[in-house]
Amino acid sequence: MTTARAAAILLGKELRLEFRTRELLNTTIIFALIVVVLFSFAFDPTPAESRHYGPGLLWIAFLFAGALMLQPSFAREQLNDTLDALRMAPVKPFAILLGKMLANFIFLAITEAILVPVFAVLYNVSLYGIIGRLIFVLAFGTAGLVITGTVFAAISGHARMRELLLPILLLPVLAPLMIAAVEATSSLFADQPALDSVWASFLAGFDVVFFTASWLLSDYLVEE
Amino acid sequence: MKLHAGIAILVVALVIFSGYAALFIAPDEATMHEVQRIFYFHVASWTAMFIAFSVALIANISYLRTRRPKWDWLGVSGAEVGVICCTVGLVTGPLWAKPVWGIWWTWDARLTTTFLLWLLYISYLLLRGLIEDPARRATLSAVFGIFAFLDVPLVYVSNRLWRTQHPQPVVFGGPNAGLDATMAKVLMISIVAIVAVTILLLAQRYRLERLRHELDELRFAVEERATAAEVQRATAPITTPDYSKGRV
Amino acid sequence: MSVLDGTMDGALEQDSRGASSHSRSAAGARPAANDSAHAIEASPAGGLGISFEKIEKRFGALVALRGVTLAISAGEFVALLGPNGAGKTTLLRIAAQLMMPTSGRVVFASPDANGEPPKLRIAMVGHSTLLYDQLTAAENLRLFAKLYGFEDVDTRTAGALDSCGLGSRAGSIVRTFSRGMRQRLSIARALLTAPRLLLLDEPAAGLDRQGLAWLSEMLARLRGDGATVLMSTHARNESLDLATRAVSLANGRVERDSGMGGDPRSLLAELRAEA
Repeated sequence: MTTARAAAILLGKELRLEFRTRELLNTTIIFALIVVVLFSFAFDPTPAESRHYGPGLLWIAFLFAGALMLQPSFAREQLNDTLDALRMAPVKPFAILLGKMLANFIFLAITEAILVPVFAVLYNVSLYGIIGRLIFVLAFGTAGLVITGTVFAAISGHARMRELLLPILLLPVLAPLMIAAVEATSSLFADQPALDSVWASFLAGFDVVFFTASWLLSDYLVEE
Repeated sequence: MKLHAGIAILVVALVIFSGYAALFIAPDEATMHEVQRIFYFHVASWTAMFIAFSVALIANISYLRTRRPKWDWLGVSGAEVGVICCTVGLVTGPLWAKPVWGIWWTWDARLTTTFLLWLLYISYLLLRGLIEDPARRATLSAVFGIFAFLDVPLVYVSNRLWRTQHPQPVVFGGPNAGLDATMAKVLMISIVAIVAVTILLLAQRYRLERLRHELDELRFAVEERATAAEVQRATAPITTPDYSKGRV
Repeated sequence: MSVLDGTMDGALEQDSRGASSHSRSAAGARPAANDSAHAIEASPAGGLGISFEKIEKRFGALVALRGVTLAISAGEFVALLGPNGAGKTTLLRIAAQLMMPTSGRVVFASPDANGEPPKLRIAMVGHSTLLYDQLTAAENLRLFAKLYGFEDVDTRTAGALDSCGLGSRAGSIVRTFSRGMRQRLSIARALLTAPRLLLLDEPAAGLDRQGLAWLSEMLARLRGDGATVLMSTHARNESLDLATRAVSLANGRVERDSGMGGDPRSLLAELRAEA
């Protein structure tokens, strides 16, 4: 059984689980929405200010939403010790992690797909002409978030205070990702939208570094 | 023991001497005058921090490869001592900056990276505090330590790129640029002194961890003896089932 | 390395478990047929032997196992007895390779090239159900059938569900199941993969009389196919009639062992008194 095939099977299981109850998706989307709305109360921005600060707001919302949903996502495997069942199965530990990463990516992608248009409407920011490039930036940024976040959820899953611990572990590590994602998004929201190649490359680099690290260290993350 | 005492005394002497040198031997700096003298300890503490965190990284990797507890002890020692050095640096920096440049802090690349480094290793220590089982604690914190370390260059690069686009006032510009000869010597002495203290602290912290471990082992051995004695009294001999004695 | 024979015949005769089984020479590698995931037969061609050598397990200051040495031949049905806290669960989890011992090692007979058995051959029924509450019974089984590389996922799943009497509830999510039903499904999940070493940690818990009868029947069938079974229990149940050996643990050590080829009934009889 190859890692890819096992991860695909596990991804199928994750999606099936989630779409039956949609509890993770619902709560994540609502939370991100609340952050987006609170922003207007905190800053009462003009449309110009919204374009200026919007990228920061969006990425804060997605980072926080991600940091909150990643632990419950992992906790699903701790419920009836199904993680043990997966560990006993003839699949590589990395396949288990990869399945989770892919699932978390899809859930956050759905959240973003809903929140970005909502943001555009609420703050009168036009997305005309930049959608494709915006999706690109969102994808690479979210990938970095779920790769690191899934790994850290596996780590904090064994600790006390795990729901609070995960954001503490994750957010500082993601600071460079956030800078890159916000900058890349900002250059898309500018008067002359452009995909900043420096930041886009940085995002890709970040993803590669942490993906490789999680692949190399996966055995230690999944063991008892 | 004598050797330890001797080394400790030597290090203390070195620190006192470097303090004296910083305050009295080093020449007065042209623009900043007295306040500038903090620079000797500020830079030294960064060097010490770098060494401590490097030790922590090596320990983390070694633990994962060998699973020997001593690497875990070294890892936590490196992290804790590194956090102390980092704190010293982060505190002396603003103390120096305010009178000289008028601001406590700026989010330039180096400072931001250092602050984040501090946060990362604080998180490492927090994580350790929240995991009970020693083996699991060692493994998971080692993995996190490696991830945290991988993040540091990324933090620095991203901040540099960011600040070239959105400049902020840069303070502490190149301390070694155009340094007066005596100042350079005093700096070297300071660095050696502070690094010596750091290594001493590291060694002591490692020893503390090792002693804690030994204490646990001793407790465990004592309890084992007690249990074994109890089991001896209470149970039938191991190899021959003897049903005439009835159940245990 | 202890001599654990991996090539038991399909029919495990009572008298072949003589005292000489210890000295029977290893008859070489397992038949290659079962090495490929796709060629897994519905009934395994024989059991997996397992040998614990000086197993110690500590969790910080808490000691679960203090030097357990135990050699189990392929095809044996070992009842693992002992009070709570004796270390039975820990020993089983180490056998399932869910955790590593602090010291000592576990050796499996009929290994493949690197001395490690493919996980395909070991299954466990634990304290938790190891099931996804929000998936249906069928979905749970299908998932594991796929993960273990079986091609005949549908037939295998349907067969397993019918066998444990949950065929009519195949499409219901596990959350709606009673304790007994979940336990049955949990056992079915373990049997699904046609294991050659089955580890059971108090499998009778939560089962009603029908469930217990079904469990006995399944275990008898496994035994007939020559699989090795290691079952911990602290109460009497009818599956114990199938046991060929009884080992009792206390305080993390093997206290008594009826031995390979010995008679477990006297040890098991004491169990009745404890239950």
